[in-house]
Amino acid sequence: MATEFHNLQELRHSASLANKVFIQRDYTDGTVCKFQTKFPSELDSRIERTLFEDTVKMLNNYYAEAEKIGGQSYIEGCLACLTVYLVFLCIETRYDKVLKKISRYIQEQNEKVYAPRGLLITDPIERGMRVIEISVYEDRGSSGSSSGSSTTSSSGR
Amino acid sequence: MKSELTLLTDPVFLVLLRMIHLLELQSVVLCAGPEAVNVTCEETYPHSSMDWFNQCSRMEKAQSFIVNILPDCFIVGCPYLAVHLSPAIPVFAVLLFVFVMAMLLRTSFSDPGVLPRALPEEANFIEMEIEAANGNVLAGQRPPPRIKNVQINNQIVKLKYCYTCKIFRPPRASHCSICDNCVDRFDHHCPWVGNCVGKRNYRYFYLFTLSLSLLTIYIFAFDIVHVALRSVDSGFVNTIKETPGTVLEVLVCFFTLWSVVGLTGFHTYLISLNQTTNEDIKGSWSGKNRVQNPYSHKNIIENCCEVLCGPTYPSVLDRRGVMLEDSTSPTPSDASAASTHKSSNPVSQTTKSSAPLIPNEHTPDEAKPSIGAGTQKSTSSPKEEKPPSPTSPNAVAPAVIKESAH
Repeated sequence: MATEFHNLQELRHSASLANKVFIQRDYTDGTVCKFQTKFPSELDSRIERTLFEDTVKMLNNYYAEAEKIGGQSYIEGCLACLTVYLVFLCIETRYDKVLKKISRYIQEQNEKVYAPRGLLITDPIERGMRVIEISVYEDRGSSGSSSGSSTTSSSGR
Repeated sequence: MKSELTLLTDPVFLVLLRMIHLLELQSVVLCAGPEAVNVTCEETYPHSSMDWFNQCSRMEKAQSFIVNILPDCFIVGCPYLAVHLSPAIPVFAVLLFVFVMAMLLRTSFSDPGVLPRALPEEANFIEMEIEAANGNVLAGQRPPPRIKNVQINNQIVKLKYCYTCKIFRPPRASHCSICDNCVDRFDHHCPWVGNCVGKRNYRYFYLFTLSLSLLTIYIFAFDIVHVALRSVDSGFVNTIKETPGTVLEVLVCFFTLWSVVGLTGFHTYLISLNQTTNEDIKGSWSGKNRVQNPYSHKNIIENCCEVLCGPTYPSVLDRRGVMLEDSTSPTPSDASAASTHKSSNPVSQTTKSSAPLIPNEHTPDEAKPSIGAGTQKSTSSPKEEKPPSPTSPNAVAPAVIKESAH
């Protein structure tokens, strides 16, 4: 690896943003939320292919679970319609619950797998569910390149 | 009888007055058109139809008709029907009316599924991909159109590049010129509702048209019953003299019925085929050499279930985001986003040495001329003051309640 960090905190203190890699959506199954598992060449030297693919597959599974049209979504829809959608004041939709699971998973992956390798995954919901943004960091001391002024702030929520 | 006589002139007068008001509104909206939509400079959602004032004035068109005309006329018949037939009749009408208004407000004020614009890094990444794909273009030659081909259910679908939003539009998404945003599963922009109809609010729109059809049919039927019952008692000519409002309303309902029921029927047809109005108009899936609809399940019930009983998709917009340079992160209504935002924030704060953290926006020095920082600030303040526009379904209802009091 070019750079190694022990944890997210070290990444925060001694890294600078070098590049961003965007994993695009995979539309082969229609309009369901699914990301391509193709390994980007920019991450070749940073992370093992299997780890990356596992993360993306896990995210795809979560999104498939959220968007599954089955018994629970029917019940939720009918109940919501009957109560003029006031029921959503009291209960959380299934999608929101799964989104929370996803953000916890991404945070865990960042802490355990990606930050030690100088990478950071941004939750797709912050990029309009269009891409998985992976920020590539370099050690400040070792590399002079830095796109510096860019930000990982969200475009949406 | 006396109390009913006093109602005679009032409802008729009110109906006529409000029809004039409605016609005035209609002409204002038609004349104003897209120019009335002042495109804000917020990069992620430059869409002023979500601006409170504009939204209200556009939606008032539909609201005027439903709120003012239909109930006014029905009120004339209510006491008579309640006494002679059953009090449940006006009660059910009120419930149906409340449902119609709730659906209208929900359709109007919910995010249709707007796709936020690409941030500069993402836009650059896509540009590089396009250039790599196109190769060298000779000077003077037009570059090839930016299209990506994807295979969906063994059919080739073309994804177009949106020059405004700087993204390749997902399948079924389209750019709405009125709202100036790409909308996922774009159906159409409804001027009556004052909003686009897209993935997130299509079912509310359908329920609105369906319940409005039912309400119109219900009022039509019971007005006829009212007139018939009165005619049995006192003759038809006398009935017209006593309750001209009801007779007038029968006519209004009759003509309204055709358009509303027709629209509901059309959308029922589209849902059963899993098509959008946009696709139907363009003829995307019809014709001999065209691709067959790859999204249809080839089963009417499955198609209906997918459209009407599908999951409630989250909004990916941050409507309360503030564009000011010294702003803190926006108050999230989605806890999941909040946690990820917090985790990514500390990193970005330390990596950016010069520019302050702007949650929804790139730094001012990177801002393109068309999206000036000055105009961002001017549009952010009204957004701050407006009532919470929800980004998740469970927060929509309070807005609905607020709207009805408005």
